Amino acid sequence: MNFNQLEAESIEIIREAYANAANPVMLYSIGKDSSVMLHLARKAFFPAIPPFPLLHVDTTWKFLEMYAHRDRMVAETGMKLITYTNQDGVAAGVNPFTHGSTYYTDVMKTEALKKPLDMYGFDVIFGGARRDEEKSRAKERIFSYRAPGHRWDPKVQRPELWSLYNTRIKKGETIRVFPLSNWTELDIWLYIYHEKIPIVPLYFAKERPVVRRGDAWIMVDDDRLPLEPGETPEIRMVRFRTLGCYPLTGAVESSSGTLEEIIAETFSARTSERQGRLIDSDQAASMEKKKAEGYF
Amino acid sequence: MKDLRPKDISELFSGQTEKTTLRFITCGSVDDGKSTLIGRLLHESKQIFDDQMTALESESRLYGTQGEKLDFALLVDGLQAEREQGITIDVAYRFFATDKRRFIVADTPGHEQYTRNMATGASTAELAVLLVDARKGVLTQTRRHARIVAMMGIRQVALAVNKMDMVNFDEAVFNRIVEDFRQFAVPFEFARVQSIPLSALDGDNVSSPGNRMAWYEGPTLLDYLETVETHVGKTSAPFRMPVQWVNRPNPDFRGFCGRIAQGAIWPGSAVKVLPSGVHSKVKEIVAWEGNRERAETGESVTLTLEDEVGVSRGDVIVSLDDPPQVADQFEATVLWMSEHPLVPGRLYLLKIHNREVTASVTEIKYKVDVNNGAHLAIKTLAANEIAVVNLSFNQPVVFEPYSANRTLGGFILIDKLSFETVGAGMIIFALRRASNIHWQALEINKETRSALKRQKPYCIWFTGLSGSGKSTIANLLEKRLHADGRHTYILDGDNVRHGLNRDLGFTEVDRVENIRRVAEVAKLMVDAGLITLVSFISPFTDERRMARGLFEPGEFIEVFVDSPLEECERRDTKGLYAKARKGELKNFTGIDSAYEAPEAPEAHLRTKHESPDVCVERILQLIKPSE
Repeated sequence: MNFNQLEAESIEIIREAYANAANPVMLYSIGKDSSVMLHLARKAFFPAIPPFPLLHVDTTWKFLEMYAHRDRMVAETGMKLITYTNQDGVAAGVNPFTHGSTYYTDVMKTEALKKPLDMYGFDVIFGGARRDEEKSRAKERIFSYRAPGHRWDPKVQRPELWSLYNTRIKKGETIRVFPLSNWTELDIWLYIYHEKIPIVPLYFAKERPVVRRGDAWIMVDDDRLPLEPGETPEIRMVRFRTLGCYPLTGAVESSSGTLEEIIAETFSARTSERQGRLIDSDQAASMEKKKAEGYF
Repeated sequence: MKDLRPKDISELFSGQTEKTTLRFITCGSVDDGKSTLIGRLLHESKQIFDDQMTALESESRLYGTQGEKLDFALLVDGLQAEREQGITIDVAYRFFATDKRRFIVADTPGHEQYTRNMATGASTAELAVLLVDARKGVLTQTRRHARIVAMMGIRQVALAVNKMDMVNFDEAVFNRIVEDFRQFAVPFEFARVQSIPLSALDGDNVSSPGNRMAWYEGPTLLDYLETVETHVGKTSAPFRMPVQWVNRPNPDFRGFCGRIAQGAIWPGSAVKVLPSGVHSKVKEIVAWEGNRERAETGESVTLTLEDEVGVSRGDVIVSLDDPPQVADQFEATVLWMSEHPLVPGRLYLLKIHNREVTASVTEIKYKVDVNNGAHLAIKTLAANEIAVVNLSFNQPVVFEPYSANRTLGGFILIDKLSFETVGAGMIIFALRRASNIHWQALEINKETRSALKRQKPYCIWFTGLSGSGKSTIANLLEKRLHADGRHTYILDGDNVRHGLNRDLGFTEVDRVENIRRVAEVAKLMVDAGLITLVSFISPFTDERRMARGLFEPGEFIEVFVDSPLEECERRDTKGLYAKARKGELKNFTGIDSAYEAPEAPEAHLRTKHESPDVCVERILQLIKPSE
C-alpha cells in the first residue's frame, strides 16, 4: 500500500496541476528525482504522452553521461525538450571555479531558470523537490505560489488543506508544483527498483578519475576542470548520490554497482544526500535564501 | 540500523510495500516541547544523518535553549525566523519510518493566531498527538487544540504528558491530567484517547520505557503510533470518484481520471455520473502496467465506460445503487484564514473536490469560541475564527457530509480578486432536501432549463401610458435581477417595433397583433427559463388577458405603471404627446385612443408618488424566491 499511496498522491497532484494550468512545463534535471517524476507523469497521462514539455536548465557543466541520458529519455517518451543556457553567463565566462559556487549558482542556475520561464510564459512548473531533503523544503507547499519575479515568501504561503489546491493566479504569477513532496530518498530508490526506471549510470559505483577536494571526491569529467598544483586525478571506485554540475558534485567511495546495493547503502547511510552538494554548505539557511530568490 | 546485504533487498522491498503510512499531527506550543519530541522521534528512529547531527550540535550552541544538551527542536524549526525566535510559524512535514510503519508528521504551531496552520496540518492527519506540560496540566490551549483536532475529523488522540522529569515522574500528577482531559473531551467523541507520560528531552516512554516511570504499564509513544488502528473499512463504502481530468489522446479513447474517494470498482461495475444522472458500466481500468482487475479507495485511476456519456471535470462517478446527495445550500463549519473578514453576502470562489463554484455565506449562525466552545453571535468572521454558517452555491454539487468523507465534504474558499485562500470549511448537512431527489437524466424542458439557471421564470408585464416610466422601471429591475445572478431579458415596445413587428402600424388591429406576437415571444422566453420583462403600453384589457392566458398560474405578473396623463404629457420624454396634439400622430394612447386601466394588476405602481427604486422593490417582493 505504501507505494500505491505515494504514487496515487503524486499522480493526483500532477493531474490537478495540469487540469488547472494554461501553459505547464516540467523541470527536468536528469537526476533520480526527475526520473521518478517523469515516470509518474507518464503514468498519470497514460495512454497519452504527458501533454507538456520538459525544461532542462543547462549550465554546460553537467556530467557527459547526464546529457546522454537526457536525450535517450526524450526519445523514449516522445515529449518535447526545451533546453536553456544563460548565454550572458557563458559570454561572461561564469564558471564554478573562478566565481565561487554562490555566484555561479545564481547566474547559471537561478537566473537561467527564471529567464526561460518568463520567455515561454509558463504558469505551472513541476519540480522534483522533496520535503525530506532540507529543513526549509519541509515547510514548502505542494503547490507553491510564486509572486512576479518568481520570489518565494515563506510568510505568505497559501494554506494547503486536504488535497484542495488553490491554482488561481494572476498574470505574472506562477505556481511551482512538487509532486514528490512526501517522498523520502529511500522511497525514490525503492520505487526506481520496483518500476525499473532508467537512471543515469553515474549513480552506480565504477572506477572513475577523481581528485580530492575537501571532504569530497570530484570527478574529472572533461578537460575543463583546472587541477590545483600537485593535484593528479586518481582512479577510484566511486558513485554519486546526487547529480548536478560535475565540478560541484561530490562522489562517495562505494562498491555499490547494482540498484540492490545502492538501496542497501542508502538504508544504512550515515550522511544525508545533500552533503554531496557543495552549494548547500555555505550557510545554515542557504536553501531558504536561494528559494526566496527563485531557485527550486 | 544494521547494514544490509543486497540479498535482503527483495525482503526489504516487500516489507516497505506492505508498510502502511500513518499521517499524524503534533499539537502543543514550543513550551510544551513539541519540536523537541519530533526531533527525538526522528533521532530515535535513526532518521538523523551524521552531517545533520554535526549541524545540530553547532546550531544548538548558537540558538539552543537547552543549555549543554542538544536542542532537538532545531532539527525541525526550518525557517530562519523560527530559529531566531525559537517558535514554529508554519506547518512542517517530517518523515520517518520504523520496521512496522512509515510516518508523516505535520508539525504545527500552537498559538491561537496560528489556528489555521493547525487546521491545515490536521486536515490530512488521521491521528493527533496532543502535548501537555506536566507542570501546567490541561490549559486553555490544550482545549483549543483538542477542539480543532476534533473539528477537522480526527478520531484518534494520544495525550502526551511531557516533562514528567520536571514533576519527579509523579503518577498522581499524570492521573490528574488524564482525568481532567477525559472530562472535558467527552463532547468531541474521540474514538480512543491513549495517555502517555513521557520526557521528550530525555527520551522516557518515547521509544523505550526507561526505568523512571515503572508505574506506567501502557505503550511507549512509538509503540502506540506503530500499532494504532486507523481508518478501516473505507473500501466497503459505496464507490465515489470525483473526475479530475478527461484523457482524450485520440477520438477513440475517453478515459476519466481521478482519485477514488471511497469504495472499490472493477470492470462491469454499474455506475452513475452525477449531477447529470446518466448511467453506464465501467469498461476498463486503464493503467500503464496493464489494465487492472480492481481499484479502491485512495488510488489514482483512469476509467473507461461502456457508453458514450458526457463526463467532465468536477462530475463524480458513483455507484449506481447507492449514490451520494446533490445540493446547493449547506450548513457548514468555516475556519477563516484571511486578514480581511468573512462578510455574509459577498461572493467567493469555492473549491470542493474537483468542482469550483461561486458561493456566498447567507447567514453566520454563530461563532465558536475555540477556547471553550461557547456560541457567540457575530456579524463578520475574522482570521483564525471558526463559525457555523449557511452557504449558498451557484450550482448544485455532489457531496457527502465531512464526517462521512473528508474528500467529498471539505472545501476551501478563495477570494475572487486576490485569489488568496481565505477560508476552509466542512459540510455538516444540506439545507434543502435535495437529497431525496436522485437526479435522473430528464427530458429537457422548462423545469430543467430554469433549474439550471436556479430561478423561477416569470413574465413581468408592464402596462401604462407612454412616458409613465415603464422602461425606466423595467431597466432598473433588470439591473437588480442581473446583479442577483438571475437571467433576464427585456422586450421593449420600441425595440420590437424596429424588428419583429416592423410590418405593423398603430391601427387597433395592428396593435392587437403587436401584443399577440410579443406575448408569444415572451412565452418562448419563459419556456427557456428566463425572467422576461415586457414593457409595452398594451392599452387593451382583452389583449393583456390573452397574454396572461399563455402562461401558467403565477408566472404572469401584471404591473400597472400608473401616471396621470397630464404628468406623462408634461414629461413627454420622446416628444410624442406634442406631435399627437398637433395631429401628426394618429391613434396615440391617451389622446385619441383609449387606455383601459387594469382592474386587478399584481402590482399597481403610482410613479408620481413612488420613486423607481421603491417600485422595483415592490416587484422584487412579488418574485422573491420562496425559501
